[in-house]
Amino acid sequence: MSIWSRISNALHGERLNREIDEELQSHIEEAIASGRDPGEARRAFGSALRAREASSIRVAGWLESLLADLRFGWRQLCRNKVASAAAVLSLALGIGCCVAAFRLIDALLWRPLPISNSSGLYFLSRKLTGPEGKPIEDGYWATPDFNLMRDAAKDQAELIAISSADRTDITWSTDDDMEKAHVVYVSGNMFPQFGLEPELGRLIAPVDDRGPGLAPYAVLSWDYWNHRFGRDPRVLGRSLQIGDQTFEIIGVGPRYFTGTEKGTVTDIFLPLSMNRFAALDSVTWHHAFLMLKPGVNPDTALESLRQHLSAVSYSFEADCSTCLRGMTQPNIDRYLNKTLVFSPAGAGISDLQKEYRRLLGVLGLLVALVLLIACVNVANMMTAQAAARAQEMALRISIGAGRRRLVQLILSQSALLALLASVLGAIFAAWSAPFVLSLINPRDNPARLDLPADWRVLLFGFGLILLVVLLLGLLPALRASAVRPVAALKGGEDPHSPRRLMRGAIALQVAFCFLVLFLSSLFVASFQRLENRPLGFSTDRLLLLEAVAGQRQLPVVWNQTAEALRAAPGVNSVAISGWPLLGRIRINSDVSIIGAPPSPTPAWFLNVSPGWLSTMKIPLVSGRDFRPEDTSPGAAIVNETFAETFFPGQDPIGHTFERGANQPINKILAVIPDVPYDDLREPNRAVFYVPFDEIDGKSTPKAVDFATFTIHTDAQDPLALAGSLRQLIAQRHNGLRVSNITTQLDLVRDQTIRERLLAMLAGFFAVVALFLAGIGLYAVLNYSVLQRRREIGIRMAIGSTRTSIVHLVTLDVLPIVALGGCAGGALGFGAARYVASLFYQVKATDTDMIALPTGAILLTALIATLPAVLRALRTDPTEILRNG
Amino acid sequence: MAKTDALQGSLDLLVLKILSRRPRLHGYAIMAAIAGTSGEVLRAEEGSLYPALYRMEEAGWIRAEWIKKGSGRRARIYELTAAGKKQLGVEESRWQSVVLAINRVLREA
Repeated sequence: MSIWSRISNALHGERLNREIDEELQSHIEEAIASGRDPGEARRAFGSALRAREASSIRVAGWLESLLADLRFGWRQLCRNKVASAAAVLSLALGIGCCVAAFRLIDALLWRPLPISNSSGLYFLSRKLTGPEGKPIEDGYWATPDFNLMRDAAKDQAELIAISSADRTDITWSTDDDMEKAHVVYVSGNMFPQFGLEPELGRLIAPVDDRGPGLAPYAVLSWDYWNHRFGRDPRVLGRSLQIGDQTFEIIGVGPRYFTGTEKGTVTDIFLPLSMNRFAALDSVTWHHAFLMLKPGVNPDTALESLRQHLSAVSYSFEADCSTCLRGMTQPNIDRYLNKTLVFSPAGAGISDLQKEYRRLLGVLGLLVALVLLIACVNVANMMTAQAAARAQEMALRISIGAGRRRLVQLILSQSALLALLASVLGAIFAAWSAPFVLSLINPRDNPARLDLPADWRVLLFGFGLILLVVLLLGLLPALRASAVRPVAALKGGEDPHSPRRLMRGAIALQVAFCFLVLFLSSLFVASFQRLENRPLGFSTDRLLLLEAVAGQRQLPVVWNQTAEALRAAPGVNSVAISGWPLLGRIRINSDVSIIGAPPSPTPAWFLNVSPGWLSTMKIPLVSGRDFRPEDTSPGAAIVNETFAETFFPGQDPIGHTFERGANQPINKILAVIPDVPYDDLREPNRAVFYVPFDEIDGKSTPKAVDFATFTIHTDAQDPLALAGSLRQLIAQRHNGLRVSNITTQLDLVRDQTIRERLLAMLAGFFAVVALFLAGIGLYAVLNYSVLQRRREIGIRMAIGSTRTSIVHLVTLDVLPIVALGGCAGGALGFGAARYVASLFYQVKATDTDMIALPTGAILLTALIATLPAVLRALRTDPTEILRNG
Repeated sequence: MAKTDALQGSLDLLVLKILSRRPRLHGYAIMAAIAGTSGEVLRAEEGSLYPALYRMEEAGWIRAEWIKKGSGRRARIYELTAAGKKQLGVEESRWQSVVLAINRVLREA
């Protein structure tokens, strides 16, 4: 019977049954008409017809039979406790992982912001060519530019300014207790445009935009009010210190609004006009959003609006004298040649989304594959059980069970399995989604996302269960519907068909498993290579005290503080740098050689004190370290890439360069090896180091508002000194305050969080997939050996050798495993292309990347085959032939 | 297994033969015809006749069709296909050879 007529039989089973009934009925009528006894005529058809008649009389037959089937399914599950538990657990793992992945993906990427008309919200960014020649997308705007665009768009749309949620030092009282909070500057129209109402007090309003420094008010988010103040209403009117500014709390935001930056919960909202950058033409520092006015059709209005705003912004930047100062003509051309882009922002905009979109896509793929593998396993198990129950099925059919009843019987058993598994899976998802989320971002600044278990998650869960029930029931149900009327009345079955189906399933499973293994090995190798990348400096016992000075302090104050730290017990050496290496800060500078125009490629820089190189254990290639009398501008140390870029083939020591045209010259004192600057993944950059002590044009020292003390401690754990050193700085009362304490090792580790997470999850799923596929292979082989016991017994009895028996059993599956592996490999190459941006120094075509999953699958296949082979070899021919 | 096959083989032969002489019969009429022409010696039971009919329909030897009866009820009637005619030839010659073989055994034993 073709697959098509099977499906059509399954769909039209009811009609077919009716037709059979009708024909038999007409037969009985004929018989009675020709004079036969009515009772005898009916009896001639036996129980088949009577059963049919009886079931059609019963009114609530369907519900009753469903309950009966569920009861029966439960008994079946209980009969095979170990197999059922394994099935439920593997399904639960699959379902749980899928739901957890959905919760993360939905919360970060899809769920609309809790604001009115979120579908009408767009994010404004500009595409241009970056300083390194690569295309970049710039999402930051200068406030004066933004104001011009806002006025230009006001007939059709409202423009809203929102800054990034920066982790900022804030003070609630006059003492030195400083804490961190995520602070966002917003334009006054944000809250009204988003349709948000205050929980308490009032929100920032358009009136707060009236001028720089005129609205020293702050609004707390509900979340911050809750966890910091325990929802104390007396928080209104309290004051808050940020740097040298004081703000008054005027209100608390609505309960579910946590800002537009998914992954970060905003704590404090401040008016845009209160940021000192708001008055500057040249500083692009906040995001811009566009909300279409009601009644404006986005299809027609957006493009003309985009062109209009693009022209307004272009003329602002072209006329802005401070924006282009010091830039070379090619750089100006590059900078002004931008394309304005509107992207839908109903689900918020954040770097986390950008950074994790691919990762979450991979995660979704991996969990879907694991679920499929688990489903195939359980479906195979059920097929084997159904084959073992062939007698029972035949009996059911002979007493008149219709196709629909058989399908219902099988589906109700798979539904029971799926429901049990989904309960466990829900528990797993409830735990695992927040767990994975907590692994994103550094420990001291974890990603925070609302992960509600609402109708979206429930709907997904139900859809998933339905899918699982269908996947589990599909094969057995198709087989049940394949029963033909004649076979149904006769009870015949093709004994080989379940094995064929199961072998197809094994091929599928091996393909999925190979795909998971292949991707996992790529991710794990990426992580290992990134983790083992030579740093060029030592992270051992390095404590980093990031300090700030509210009022800028002269270098001498910083140097005295470093001296005091040096004298503290347990401290080995202390140096100062502008910011730490790999601290995600990078600042570039033009480089011009002897008055020439700046080079097309920029270089990056870092201010460091004398002794910083030795504290970081960075060796000198040649030359000498800074001395206390060296200042910037004046002296510089460069790395090898800098030397090769700007002084190819020469010894750069003694040469000079300027930071832009007509700038003071810097003399190169030394060359040091390349060390990673801000990002482990980046290739080496040209970097120059200048002394921490900076002077201006009139040789007066320049005050510094933030820097990092790099401290090499005697103790193994540098954080052990954190408390005492923080106190030491606070006690000096010299205007310096510790803003953050970390270690160089943590900064390096934070660089690989995404890779670590991906490698960990992928490794976990690889093990699960391999394990499930192994169990599946074992079960199918075992079943096939059991089925062919007689055949094997007879073969042995007529003199088959052990080798040929082993061949008989294994040759059955090896081509299937090979086929599945090849299919999985093809899928893997396709998938690897899509996620290549997540790789670090690995390629899908590397031989070891292919050899690893192949080896793992072969090994698993070998282990899974072993019990079946042993069972086949242990077959006792005499016993088989006697009892068989 | 072998026993049923032989019986089924002869039932197939009988049904095909009947349908070749009198096309468009329903199940009961086929049953009645088998009983009538064999002088009530052979009887096809309902439980084996209908499976045989469905199987032969599946094999493409006979074709079924619903017709309206005078009583308003529908009846399913069967007729021979071209493949069925060929099969009838095969079955008939097989039957003849079996009968010949049996007769030979009876004579010579």
